[in-house]
Amino acid sequence: MEKTYEITKDNYKSYVFEKMPKSSHWKNMIWAFIVGGVICTIGQAFIELYKLWFSVEDASVLASGTMVLIAAIFTGLGIYDNIGRFAGAGSTIPITGFSNAVVSPALEFRSEGYIYGVGAKMFLVAGPVIVNGVTISVIIALLTLLFGG
Amino acid sequence: MGYYKNRTLTFDNSYIIEGYTVAGPKENDGRYKGFFDLALNDDMFGQNTFERAERKMFEHAIDGVIGKANLENGDVDAVLGGDLLNQNVSMSFSARNQHAGFLGLYNACATYAESLIVGSCLVSNGYENVVCVAGSHFSTAERQYRYPLELGVLRSPVTQWTATGVGATVLSNQSAVSVPKITRATIGRVVDYGIMDVNNMGAAMAPSACDTLVTFFRDTNACPEDYDVIYTGDLGKLGSDILLDLARQEGCDISSKQHDCGASLYWDEQQTYQGGSGAACSALVFNSVLLGRLRRGEYKKILLLGTGALMSPTTSFQGDSIPAITHLVEVCI
Repeated sequence: MEKTYEITKDNYKSYVFEKMPKSSHWKNMIWAFIVGGVICTIGQAFIELYKLWFSVEDASVLASGTMVLIAAIFTGLGIYDNIGRFAGAGSTIPITGFSNAVVSPALEFRSEGYIYGVGAKMFLVAGPVIVNGVTISVIIALLTLLFGG
Repeated sequence: MGYYKNRTLTFDNSYIIEGYTVAGPKENDGRYKGFFDLALNDDMFGQNTFERAERKMFEHAIDGVIGKANLENGDVDAVLGGDLLNQNVSMSFSARNQHAGFLGLYNACATYAESLIVGSCLVSNGYENVVCVAGSHFSTAERQYRYPLELGVLRSPVTQWTATGVGATVLSNQSAVSVPKITRATIGRVVDYGIMDVNNMGAAMAPSACDTLVTFFRDTNACPEDYDVIYTGDLGKLGSDILLDLARQEGCDISSKQHDCGASLYWDEQQTYQGGSGAACSALVFNSVLLGRLRRGEYKKILLLGTGALMSPTTSFQGDSIPAITHLVEVCI
């Protein structure tokens, strides 16, 4: 595409935005839907399996734990990041993404020891999710308490 | 673009005696397979951390280039160069084994070009041999600048891939045989066009590349036609396109001459999006590919522009834009 205007420091950002390749939102959304769907279906299959022996509540907790464990192993084997590279939110949003977000920095910073490495850096990625999640839930709980629910 | 002041240096006796490269496995699967002196099968290089592996690559490159140039450790007056890690550790630590004086340099991915300029100044002032070295490692840079390696994230299509490798060069103030020479160099100024997106370093660096290139042409009255090729460091594909647009606007069409070390390092199927980045790009491509072509007479006169983005993760998180720098060296045979 031939540009027709003069590029200046002021319009540089908009020039770059016009020029740069864009993420394909449709492609990303379809992959996220498929991979996210598959992960959730596997989770549901574990719930159905555990229901054969446990109550529904226990089966759900066990299924979540199983999915976290599988994702942790997949992260350790170097597979999860390859899935995430095309699945995007599809592999980030389910509980498996949380597992990946905790295990990957733990692996990465293992070289700095268990205290300053694994211990200090484990929640590098997941930390903000936990902090914001807890903060928002406290605010919602307070609002519910004050205005009834 | 600004043309402020004559910033171009001339050198009479800065001879490029030898070059040596250590490349990572992905780089040796790329377009320049087989060009490197040492290609690693494993980017851990037999070490237990990536940082130590990067250091060992530097040690190998420095010792390798000294040996290849038939010099002894004691023949080298100074080692200068740098890497991308905080406090320049890979470079500094690997200089522990050298008897030579040491200057640690940092201009991000422009460090290699910077080291050639500083090295040329040293050999022009009485030093006999200096070693100029720069490199980077994907896994150490990724940890410092981005995410843990195994985190599953979608990468933006404007991202580049930090190259794993080290390139080292011996510059001397004399040469018995005809070797390529560094004849002129322009020290770049820091240029910031306000790009905030750390993924899009090509766009952040392109204005600086144009600034230095135009300054060099105005200082010397040279023109793109005088050169066989003009190699930029790691602008990537998008950054190169932007540079062509910016340079054309300054009345200088380099589209038939310009190549980018980073963009040409990998094949498209290696999924590096805009190509390679990192201090290793220009050091690897210059010492393995360009030096060979100059020696064989395939190129007579080339320009190498080292391009660097000077941000840190802290400045990016604090919402600052990305300043960039480009240094230019002219190499002739």
